Amino acid sequence: MSLNEIASLHPFFQLAPLVVFLPVLGLLINLLVGKRLGEKGIGAVASLATGGAFAVAVLLAVGLAQVSEGGTLTLANWINLGDLDVNWSFRIDTLSVLMMLVVSGVGTLIHIYSIGYMHSDVRHNEDPGRFRRFFVYLNLFIAFMMVLVSSDNFLMLFVGWEGVGLCSYLLIGFWFEKGADGIGNARAAKKAFVVNRIGDFGLLIALFLLFYNFGTLNFTEIFAQAPAVAAAAPGAIMAITLFMLLGVTGKSAQLPLYVWLPDAMAGPTPVSALIHAATMVTAGVYLVARSQALYFEVPAAQNAVMWVGALTALFAATIAVGQYDIKKVLAYSTISQLGFMVAAVGMGATVAGMFHLTTHAFFKALLFLGAGSVILGVEHGHAHAHAGEHGHDSFDPQDMREMGGLRKRMPLTFIVYLIGALALAGIAPLAGFFSKDEILAAANEKSIGVYVLLTAAAFLTAFYMGRQLLMVFFGKPRSGASEKAAESPLLVTLPLVILALLSVFGGALNLPGSHLLETWLEHSLAETAPGQFVLTVALISIGIALLGLLLAWLVYGRKPIFEKGQPDPLRRPLNGLFKALENKWWVDEFYHTVIVRPYQSIAKFSAGAVDQGVIDGVVNGMGSLVQSGAKAWRRYQNGYVRSYALTIVFGVVLVITYLVLR
Amino acid sequence: MPMSYFIGLSVVMFAMGILGVLLRRNPLVVFMSLELMFNSANLLFVAFSAYHQVLDGQLFVFFVMTTAAAEVAVGLALIVAIFKAKRTIDLDQMSSLKG
Repeated sequence: MSLNEIASLHPFFQLAPLVVFLPVLGLLINLLVGKRLGEKGIGAVASLATGGAFAVAVLLAVGLAQVSEGGTLTLANWINLGDLDVNWSFRIDTLSVLMMLVVSGVGTLIHIYSIGYMHSDVRHNEDPGRFRRFFVYLNLFIAFMMVLVSSDNFLMLFVGWEGVGLCSYLLIGFWFEKGADGIGNARAAKKAFVVNRIGDFGLLIALFLLFYNFGTLNFTEIFAQAPAVAAAAPGAIMAITLFMLLGVTGKSAQLPLYVWLPDAMAGPTPVSALIHAATMVTAGVYLVARSQALYFEVPAAQNAVMWVGALTALFAATIAVGQYDIKKVLAYSTISQLGFMVAAVGMGATVAGMFHLTTHAFFKALLFLGAGSVILGVEHGHAHAHAGEHGHDSFDPQDMREMGGLRKRMPLTFIVYLIGALALAGIAPLAGFFSKDEILAAANEKSIGVYVLLTAAAFLTAFYMGRQLLMVFFGKPRSGASEKAAESPLLVTLPLVILALLSVFGGALNLPGSHLLETWLEHSLAETAPGQFVLTVALISIGIALLGLLLAWLVYGRKPIFEKGQPDPLRRPLNGLFKALENKWWVDEFYHTVIVRPYQSIAKFSAGAVDQGVIDGVVNGMGSLVQSGAKAWRRYQNGYVRSYALTIVFGVVLVITYLVLR
Repeated sequence: MPMSYFIGLSVVMFAMGILGVLLRRNPLVVFMSLELMFNSANLLFVAFSAYHQVLDGQLFVFFVMTTAAAEVAVGLALIVAIFKAKRTIDLDQMSSLKG
């Protein structure tokens, strides 16, 4: 379908490039004249830029409602090299527009929230100048994310993929001079970047293989050829999909590369909400959903994706139970929920995966932003409780053991947080129930093992969310800071309320019976399994969720929750196991011993023995060889003409002797 | 006279020239030794020219003598210059160009 045809089909599609260029415009304005705009101005420009992108996405959706097959808009020819022809094109179809809507919609709310949050955060960290930088990064992220989801070929997708990785790095290390030993945040950023490199290596190899086997990187052409190539070279498709899975495990924080995401919580809370919960980490899910045509050709790869997702879902959920940091709990919860999505797209239940991606973006963004509001309140309380005291103490505003009783101090935050937590736990009729239930129903059909894993993860989800709610909002305050905590300003709470409404009604997107999202997505996806609603599965999932919440209440809610300084009530009954959960199963330590440490010693060996020893040795050896050679030869350069003459005579005699005797 | 006499004389003269250049410290003697070598070559030119009944060899001798004269002129000028600078013309003292 040519550009002109599209243009004549629907004028809205011509607006597609704006989803990238509006955020870019916003960041340029802030970069160039932001200093003069003041905090309100900077926030307004950034939010309007993202909001504009959202408006464009809505227009695209309206256009798609009329022309459901969508189209492609080519902006520029990027690479034209022999067989390779890569354009910067915008693929407008229901899948990409759904992602655009989620990214820009949730993104806009988080931008607005950030105006209020960062106002306090930059003051708390004593560098108000960084307010502008934050919004520049945020807009840059939105732009790259849009490049990622709107691309019509794998290479532009990779550009976006790397771009959001860069923004993630920049924003995790936003307070790069803070954290443990003044380097903790920088280290977290570095870790995220390096771990993502491993995943990106996989994706890059997959891209090379794609080009090698298909001769193109364009989505449409590749997916059209997929069955033929799969018949000719099944191994190639297998390798492509598995390398792609490696990329997914990096970006979407799945086993075994998930370790960067919990550390990424070093970034400011809006970043955790936007990048590390709602949007960037779902890029892997999007990639698998987009490449569905490839995955359908190799069921073994599908199974691999499914099992990776399911195992991650359960594994991360167990760790979340043993965490005390309010954001770390949410981080592990995100990993676990991403596991649900990855398992879903692996099963071929792509609609269910995308549905969960959307609702998860709502309620996880809500939870993170709520956690940010709690942190603001506690920081505020801390400043008041310790007014007049000087010197820096080791107070951690994210430690749930220091909270408690915030329900009364921050009523609005409490209510929206409760909604988010219940949605995440999967209590009907909130959004999370429907999306999770669809995944569980699909798993029930596909593989009983996966179903059991996911159900267990769902149970733990309800449990750790109940634990968090009880620890943060119920009981008595456990520190002066939480006693004096105050509700956050309107700019912070307003996006929370909107997200809470979305978390309540988001399930309407794909209600059993109406299947709105499924009819929407079936134009983009190779094949969609008809969504099902299995009553037993739904009842079990609600029952499990309620059981988890009840258990949490039995452990943490019945008595006044443990006093300050007391161990977690779970520690005694679980003993060693809880210690393992608390220490995240020692995965970080394991990686450190098995990978980082040997790697470092190899590096040290290469730097010392190989580089300084062998390579420098060769170079220095050449030098000293020439030097000592010269030292020997200079004895003959003695300045006496007669000795030179003697040499000449010898030479002549030799030459003549040779000529004569020849 | 047999040809070998000329060749023998020439070889003796050339050897004396080489030894003079290599062994003597006085540049004037060295120059004289050089002339000796030139002339040993000239002797051969002339001898072979007569032997083969062609004039080329005798013609060449003039070129050699001219070149030798020019060379001596330059050489002597150099020696004078060196004497002015160093107050000596001992060849063993002229060894500052060394590694």
